[in-house]
Amino acid sequence: MRSDPGTPARSSVSLKSSFPRKRESIFSRAGPTAPRGWGLTLAAAATLAFLHIPFLVILLYCFTTDDASYTFPPPGLTLEWFGAAWQRQDLWRALALSLRVGLTATAVALVLGTLAALAVYRSRFFGREAVSFLLLIPIALPGIVTGIALRSSMGMLEIPYSFWTIVIGHATFCVVVVYNNALARLRRTSGSLIEASMDLGADAFQTFRHVVLPNLGSALLAGGMLAFALSFDEIIVTTFTAGTGQQTLPIWIYSQLTRPRDRPVTNVVAVFVVAVTFLPILLAHRLSARDHD
Amino acid sequence: MHALRPAADWFQRHPRLALALLLGLPLGWMVVVYLGSLGALLVQSFWSLDDYTGQVVRSFSLGSYAQLFSPANRDIVLRSAGMATAVTLAAAVLAFPLAYYMTFRASRRARLLLYLAVVIPLWSSYLVRVYAWKLILAKEGVLSWFVAHLGLDGALQAVLGLPGIGGPSLSLSSIGIFLAFLYVWLPFMILPLQAALERVPRNLLDASSDLGAAPGQTFRRVVLPLALPGVVAGSIFTFSLTLGDFVVPSVLGNSSYFIGQAVLVHQGTSGNLPLAAAFTVVPMLIMGVYLIVARRMGAFNAL
Repeated sequence: MRSDPGTPARSSVSLKSSFPRKRESIFSRAGPTAPRGWGLTLAAAATLAFLHIPFLVILLYCFTTDDASYTFPPPGLTLEWFGAAWQRQDLWRALALSLRVGLTATAVALVLGTLAALAVYRSRFFGREAVSFLLLIPIALPGIVTGIALRSSMGMLEIPYSFWTIVIGHATFCVVVVYNNALARLRRTSGSLIEASMDLGADAFQTFRHVVLPNLGSALLAGGMLAFALSFDEIIVTTFTAGTGQQTLPIWIYSQLTRPRDRPVTNVVAVFVVAVTFLPILLAHRLSARDHD
Repeated sequence: MHALRPAADWFQRHPRLALALLLGLPLGWMVVVYLGSLGALLVQSFWSLDDYTGQVVRSFSLGSYAQLFSPANRDIVLRSAGMATAVTLAAAVLAFPLAYYMTFRASRRARLLLYLAVVIPLWSSYLVRVYAWKLILAKEGVLSWFVAHLGLDGALQAVLGLPGIGGPSLSLSSIGIFLAFLYVWLPFMILPLQAALERVPRNLLDASSDLGAAPGQTFRRVVLPLALPGVVAGSIFTFSLTLGDFVVPSVLGNSSYFIGQAVLVHQGTSGNLPLAAAFTVVPMLIMGVYLIVARRMGAFNAL
């Protein structure tokens, strides 16, 4: 549809002589204002490269034979760090804890986020905007605020730090992701479906069970996966709410950064974490793409 | 028909109660767990630490806040705010071309791919992405290798020699911290900016050009003002996240602290929770003002 090669070359933003007529701009989505030069493309490509090259660097360093520094280019390549990572018991424990925390926090966030979305969707009430805002602040404020706030209240109430204190912290900032996804889907769901269900004699619970929930399903799956990714990766709040000896995977990685032991093992774990979160993120965005169109 | 019918009918007749039941759990959680904790934090910031016993004294005092104004602590606050500002500005500059390209130049399919290319770094491990910069910026690492092979060693040394932002190597300097922050928060700027550009009505652009504006003029006078709420929305994240982070400066920095590290150290090793709490109030205040201004500028519609 767009025929860039066909249109006369306009090489820079400031070429006043190239004064495009309106008819032209109907066909080129770009409109008459798009700077057409290579400058924009190059700048966009540079930003894109900036976003992605670091991942390649980590991937490369998984295979380096150099275990004492970060020499580039690597003096040699090896697969031994994958085996070394496999045998680290502390790593497996951290991974298990992260999975348990992530799944539990996601479950809590799914319940809280769905309830809040249903409430905001089905009724107008005073302070409706405030609900969205309240759910958003735990991720809009610096993590350190959420972290130390939770720690100080737990300290005042003398709640011992445990698995559950980590979950409470994570669930608090995960709710908003589920809420946003669920609400976006609800707003796209046509109200007539729900009315039809009620008119045909279904009560509120049946309508929820047979109409609303199946409709929400993939949005909740998407929200749940994003919530899990958020929890799986969280370090700042966790630092404040974890008990001694409770190492989630990010805390394990962090401890390796400051006290390096078998450095390339950390690289392997880093790549593993990126790989593990990649698919759920991709899937979540596929599932919710239409809601945010 | 089924057991829940009476309950369902009852809710039908009492919509307010149904609402309360739906909202009760999530709102209760947020108010009790989150706002309650913020309240506890505020209360503790007004306590103080007894210098002799090292115990926290549970009575009202402004001592912790006074301590914030000591030269060392004031430097920490200014350093963090300065870094957050620099990162935010740089993120806006870097994000603009890509967001613009995505909106006005890319085909539908390419736009989707580019969107994923921005979203995936945003959601993938933050810690891993910080760590990548340790590899890149290390003295014997990737960047130094390229700099050396491009014959730019002298330039690098000159930059590192600058007072204030330099350091013994890139991974131990403010420049390193800046680059890592910029890298990890950049997607947060690109997405709202792109959303704002997406909403610029195409016929406004046509109108502007029909009325004789050169492309550059249209860009400055039409696109830029309409994109501004998006930039402000993005800056909420880049600014806030930089302000409260302790991971980047402890992985990459030297011994000069940022707010996040100060909070961590005061509540941890030195056991001075009141001072840590007072320190945390600083980003809360800054972000409070920031959010109010952002709201005025229409940034919330761009989120």
